[in-house]
Amino acid sequence: MPDVRDVGALMSVTYDIAARDFVRAGEAANKLKRLLQQLGLDPAVIRRAAIAAYEAEMNIVIHSYGGQIKVDITPESIEIFCEDSGPGIPDIEKALQEGYSTASEEIREMGFGAGMGLPNIQKSADKFRIESAVGRGTCLQVTILHEAGE
Amino acid sequence: MKLAEVLEALSLAVDDPEMLDIEVEGGYCSDLLSDVMAKAAAGSIWVTNQAHPNVVAVASLIDAAAVIVAGGVQPEEGTVNKAQELGIPLFSTDLSAFDVVGRLYELGVRGSLRNG
Ligand SMILES: Nc1ncnc2c1ncn2[C@@H]1O[C@H](COP(=O)(O)OP(=O)(O)OP(=O)(O)O)[C@@H](O)[C@H]1O
Ligand SMILES: [Mg+2]
Repeated sequence: MPDVRDVGALMSVTYDIAARDFVRAGEAANKLKRLLQQLGLDPAVIRRAAIAAYEAEMNIVIHSYGGQIKVDITPESIEIFCEDSGPGIPDIEKALQEGYSTASEEIREMGFGAGMGLPNIQKSADKFRIESAVGRGTCLQVTILHEAGE
Repeated sequence: MKLAEVLEALSLAVDDPEMLDIEVEGGYCSDLLSDVMAKAAAGSIWVTNQAHPNVVAVASLIDAAAVIVAGGVQPEEGTVNKAQELGIPLFSTDLSAFDVVGRLYELGVRGSLRNG
């Protein structure tokens, strides 16, 4: 595939994510997906990156006061770094459990708050790291390898 | 199956005739955005009662063939605009999600899950 390996360069893009903006929510993930398609990456890899970026973006929109998603595309992998300022996550182990959500009733009515986002990110990732400081914010690092067995 | 056939079964019309030629490879029905994101296969027609703009963002991310908003829910203006912007065929119907899926199933459209 004619991907970044041929270019031999590292690409980096950064997307600003606004809290509570449900009209623009999902734009960053869509822009990233289009970029990865232009690079000719494998559709299964693109889908996994799209899932991770979308869920991270929505968590910033819904649960934080705003943040950024930075993506590095290297010859080996797609690295997604997310950082937000916000309330943080008091119990990360709990937050990673499928079905756990603190989303409000109003947010659930929109079809969010199934407690699937973080588990989906984990399933899509070859490497996954999350750090959070209560009252300050949350950081997420996701690695998706170009050549990984699912 | 072409989108044209699906729309006929649902008595829905398109503005853009190019959309009639879109291939529908299967279907998925859910109102949970994360569930659709994780599980719906590319080329699916997505049936939902959600009608806010994020539906279109998800449809675009999963390469959905089209979105059918069921149950007489009217898509918000922001949803319609985003669908145009991203080139996602978006339709709404008074049929319930159950009846939409029933008609699609009768036509031969089957549920399709993403591999892996
Ligand atoms: N960036 C964040 N800042 C603060 N809290 C977060 C953040 N991301 C996740 N959380 C917390 O972790 C919980 C689980 O997150 P997860 O994405 O798995 O589910 P959800 O966002 O509640 O629902 P879904 O993703 O299915 O719409 C959230 O309900 C929230 O309490
Ligand atoms: Mg989430």
